[in-house]
Amino acid sequence: MTRTSGASVFAVVVFPGSNCDHDAYHAVKHVLGQNARFVWHKETSLGDADVVILPGGFSHGDYLRTGAIARFSPIMTAVMDFAAAGRPVIGICNGFQVMLECGLLPGAMLRNRDLKFHCEFVHVRVEQTNTLFTGQCAPGQVLRLPIAHGEGNYYAPPDVVANLESTGRVVFRYVTASGERTDAANPNGAINNIAGICNEARNVVGLMPHPERACEVAVGSADGLVLFQSVIQALSQRGSLQAVAR
Amino acid sequence: MSTIDAAVLARHGLKADEYDRIVSLLGREPNLTELGLFSVMWSEHCSYKSSRVHLRTLPTEGPRVLQGPGENAGAVDIGDGLAAVFKIESHNHPSFIEPYQGAATGVGGIIRDIFTMGARPIALLDALRFGPLDVARNRRILQGVVAGIGGYGNSIGIPTVGGEVMFDESYSGNPLVNVFCLGIAKRDALVKGIAGGIGNPIYYVGAKTGRDGIHGATMASAEFDEKSAEKRPAVQVGDPFMEKLLLEACLEVMATDACVGVQDMGAAGLTCATSETGSRGGVGVEIDVAKVPQRESGMTPYEIMLSESQERMLLIVKRGREAEVERIFEKWDLHAVNIGEVTSGERLRIKHNGVLVADVPNRALTDEAPVYHRPFTEPADRSALHQIARTSLKPAPAPTDALMSLLSSPTVASKRWIYQQYDHMVRTNTIAPAGAGAGVVRVKGTTRALAMSVDGNGRFVALDPRQGARLALAEASRNVACAGAMPIGATNCLNFGNPERPEIMWQFAEAVAGLGEACRALEIPITGGNVSLYNETDGKAILPTPVIGVVGLIEDATTALTRVFPGEGLDVVLFGANRGELGGSEYLKTVHGLIQGLPPALDLAGERALQELMVRLAAARAIGSAHDCAEGGLAVTLSECCFGAGVGADVDVPAAASDGGVDRLAATLFGESASRVLVSVAPERTADVLAQAKAAGVPAARIGRTGGAAIRIAVDGRVAIECSVQDAEARWSTSLADWLAGRAA
Repeated sequence: MTRTSGASVFAVVVFPGSNCDHDAYHAVKHVLGQNARFVWHKETSLGDADVVILPGGFSHGDYLRTGAIARFSPIMTAVMDFAAAGRPVIGICNGFQVMLECGLLPGAMLRNRDLKFHCEFVHVRVEQTNTLFTGQCAPGQVLRLPIAHGEGNYYAPPDVVANLESTGRVVFRYVTASGERTDAANPNGAINNIAGICNEARNVVGLMPHPERACEVAVGSADGLVLFQSVIQALSQRGSLQAVAR
Repeated sequence: MSTIDAAVLARHGLKADEYDRIVSLLGREPNLTELGLFSVMWSEHCSYKSSRVHLRTLPTEGPRVLQGPGENAGAVDIGDGLAAVFKIESHNHPSFIEPYQGAATGVGGIIRDIFTMGARPIALLDALRFGPLDVARNRRILQGVVAGIGGYGNSIGIPTVGGEVMFDESYSGNPLVNVFCLGIAKRDALVKGIAGGIGNPIYYVGAKTGRDGIHGATMASAEFDEKSAEKRPAVQVGDPFMEKLLLEACLEVMATDACVGVQDMGAAGLTCATSETGSRGGVGVEIDVAKVPQRESGMTPYEIMLSESQERMLLIVKRGREAEVERIFEKWDLHAVNIGEVTSGERLRIKHNGVLVADVPNRALTDEAPVYHRPFTEPADRSALHQIARTSLKPAPAPTDALMSLLSSPTVASKRWIYQQYDHMVRTNTIAPAGAGAGVVRVKGTTRALAMSVDGNGRFVALDPRQGARLALAEASRNVACAGAMPIGATNCLNFGNPERPEIMWQFAEAVAGLGEACRALEIPITGGNVSLYNETDGKAILPTPVIGVVGLIEDATTALTRVFPGEGLDVVLFGANRGELGGSEYLKTVHGLIQGLPPALDLAGERALQELMVRLAAARAIGSAHDCAEGGLAVTLSECCFGAGVGADVDVPAAASDGGVDRLAATLFGESASRVLVSVAPERTADVLAQAKAAGVPAARIGRTGGAAIRIAVDGRVAIECSVQDAEARWSTSLADWLAGRAA
């Protein structure tokens, strides 16, 4: 692979059953002009990756529980180490579910409250701009992003949710187009309208909506770009990155 | 062999004369395993024995056609060294018996057909037909089918970008599930289902073989009765995860050029895959079924050969490249087992632990299958059908009320409840919003996009099969043209009743003739498809339903159009003539409960001129939106253009020339005259658009302007319909959910 100098290297982990891996690759490589590579789940090293993307899909068919088997993949040891070192990891949809299963993030996913798969555009409000993936967002900015999941009904015990809220770790929340948090704007019943969260060090972000599917106006929205631009910006300022992460 | 008696033959769906043919082709009596091979390969589903003589008349060639009928799917050239590979297939019978798995495996089957050709599948569409939703069982079937389509398509990561759904009593005992899939391949790297090279190894890859689906093809070739539910074990269970692995592994293998040919195991399983590849290649195939990975113990050769277990493929690998192929399947944790080899002699030889258990000429199973010139006769008196019975008409509702009834009828209402359960955006190619017309996907790495639509109005075909089929092709290709795409190829799924009944065979013959006429006139070749016969329950046939899928090419993806009015202050222009035709219309059915009259007239030369005009106008960015007038006529079409962006419209049209056999106002507002398109145009371009239409010989008139919050339609200056866009859209968009919740009546 030819590496574009000055650009970041995005590693897109491919589990058997990942199906948004190509979408994430396309967004960072062809839309944002970064370096991107697929990393097969049986590999044990992330190489020179600067960012790790755990993509959407149905890893291992999601037959047991969403994301439940993927956490046993050989590559996950490297991903956990990468995250523990404060380096940026984003989990999208099934990737978020994998993060919950492997303990990178707290909580669990229930089936959508109407028991149906939902594919549609929703609005999410950026609640925190001090993560590696939201640094370029305006506080309270509303993004129009697609969702496509059957199990996106985020749940955690009350004390865990309270802790997420009090420590500012709810990063994205389902809202109306004008930014209001209402029950009608919640597509799946997630507790507190939670669409995405981060870890304590704020370098690991998981979310159900698909920013990688919203990087070009041609496909309906380019609002997802800002997440990737944020991490690219953070990486270009290594000094401040370390300050944020450590 | 004395074990084969009349009862055994009946169980295999073979007639006495067909058995005699088998004996004469073999030169001896078959054993039971061999009889099994013939029974599935000679079933209607696999052999097309009733339809073949008619299908031969369809035009299948054109400058862009790379692969016509006869392979796993058709292919057309889309430029940039790429091919669009596509086909539509039915899974009607299994979906009635077990809606979720029947529909899911229908999706899985057509996806395999596409990647078998070396193409990466990028889009799915579904044409669905159900009985009325006031019947609980029909609601359950719809919910099961939708869940099954979503369950498979979402998991495997191929977007469902469009489709259509219609409702009629005749589909109550026999729903239709027709699935269309399109993939992209390198033009010069299409893979065929062919065996060749004596001594080349034959690999079985994918899922293990179980006892599921044995005689599925035979089941799909029989009518239903009250005992059909007992046939549930003949419906297979789908595993989209397994197919996702198989898809990725096969595409990876195909990229290496280590294979001579590839064939999926769909209907008739291993039997079909071995005999068809051997037959196409003019070679023999010898396998040992004991080597086939099996899910259950004690399976007989008969069961292994006839199993229709899903997610399995047959690869003919170049000798010396075995390790390379095995390595790729190992990466994906899939079985890849060498089960035999290509031989000389053009025979299919099946061994079981080295013992020969079946030995038949490949061609006896394929090319030598019976071909029937089944008798057909036009039903005697059809004049009652063709005459709208004025005495049966109910008092005409006010036009605005009639519009509301139409907008909330399940056939017209928004299908959001359905498509929201399908991932329509994965792969980030979908450039048309869901539910806004034809499905449109961009082709990454090029400037182009592909538009696709599936259509087929069974009411029109029931009233006049030839005309109905012509209209089906015209509508599908018009939908594609409305997206700004030049139609370049078509695939058909012909759903009919029992071909052994002369009046059904007449419907079929007439429909195929009509389809051929329309294809020739519009120069759209048929590159493949599928026939589903015996769609009957307890002797009652479905509305004859040819579903036509048309694929069109948009040179510049940024010129693709949807039906939604993009803003206020645009001129509304209607192309085509309103002849006030209500025969077979949604209005007549929804408001008066009748399927009567003659379907709309269709001038194919005029249709072609209209479609070519649409493509030109879209490419020149001369129009802002385009929507074909179909079910519900002008009033519904205009309403649908207002939905989505919430932009109202105020139009005034002249009364139609005819009262459509009902009344002139209804005929004007709700008549379904063909070859009409409603477009929006920036006012400064209207004169030019009208001039271009005139030059093309397409009737065109500016009928009003977009804007405001109301839908207002006047006829000859008098307001006939007036309602708020918001109210109308609310009815239209929530109606299907209400029906399914049992709230609507």
